[in-house]
Amino acid sequence: MKVHIHVSLKPGVLDPQGRAIHHELEALGFSGVNDVRAGKLIELDVADGTSDDDLDQMCRKLLANMVIENYRIEKLENA
Amino acid sequence: MSFRSAVITFPGSNCDRDMAVALEQISGTAPARVWHGDAELPESLDFIALPGGFSYGDYLRSGAMAARSPITKAVVAAAGRGVPVLGICNGFQVLTESGLLPGALMRNASQNFVCRDVPLRVENNQSLFTSGYDSGETIHIPVAHHDGNFFADEDTLDRLEGEGRVAFRYLDSVNGSQRDIAGILNDAGNVLGMMPHPERAIEDAHGGSDGRALFETAIKGLVAA
Repeated sequence: MKVHIHVSLKPGVLDPQGRAIHHELEALGFSGVNDVRAGKLIELDVADGTSDDDLDQMCRKLLANMVIENYRIEKLENA
Repeated sequence: MSFRSAVITFPGSNCDRDMAVALEQISGTAPARVWHGDAELPESLDFIALPGGFSYGDYLRSGAMAARSPITKAVVAAAGRGVPVLGICNGFQVLTESGLLPGALMRNASQNFVCRDVPLRVENNQSLFTSGYDSGETIHIPVAHHDGNFFADEDTLDRLEGEGRVAFRYLDSVNGSQRDIAGILNDAGNVLGMMPHPERAIEDAHGGSDGRALFETAIKGLVAA
């Protein structure tokens, strides 16, 4: 089973990387970009039947730093 | 009585030798060198140092992998028993990732690697590590990091301030750290994490020796104890 873990900075946590990307998009002439937040996508290939609880624990114990980041688990059913 | 210390080396640590030299020069006894895959620390240690560097290539997040390596579990257990632990730079990142210290160290607000001597104010001189300084004293210590931007939520920051756990504060803008925090203590006071490198400022040939007092007082306090 393929699983995508989306890790993003919590709202309110300053994102210098996102800010730099935002700035660069504007420098390239793209107007109307209101905000940019940069995160990570971690692609997992796990055994079928891996429990939601295990996936949750993977995120909490390693993949996301819960002080500054949130995570979202997306299971790709047909991948 | 000799001083028993250990310096932990992870793959990608690069300040472990500097730390070992500082500890040997000031204590007169060479520290044990411990490798990340070791499951156990030497017995009856007086002091553990987590050095700077780029452990595991900063994969995932700075310090994230090292914080979960076997030896770090032993360091966490030792810290819980009251063994003093000093984490410098990447070592500080490992301490926050392991949960021994609160908060997180994020990419510098400028996005740039910062590498220079910075002035620090000693905020708390009551700890094992800082009693060789005067409270409010300004010292100059080198920094060299990309991820030194200290973040914690407001409640945690207020608690750290209220409990006197901010050990050092930057006097100018270095990396965007909340409240200019450069180093913090755990609640028991036996764990210090800081981004600046005191081990790089222990003799005049380094351009300054303001870091020396940190090691001298810690070692003196521990050998006397």
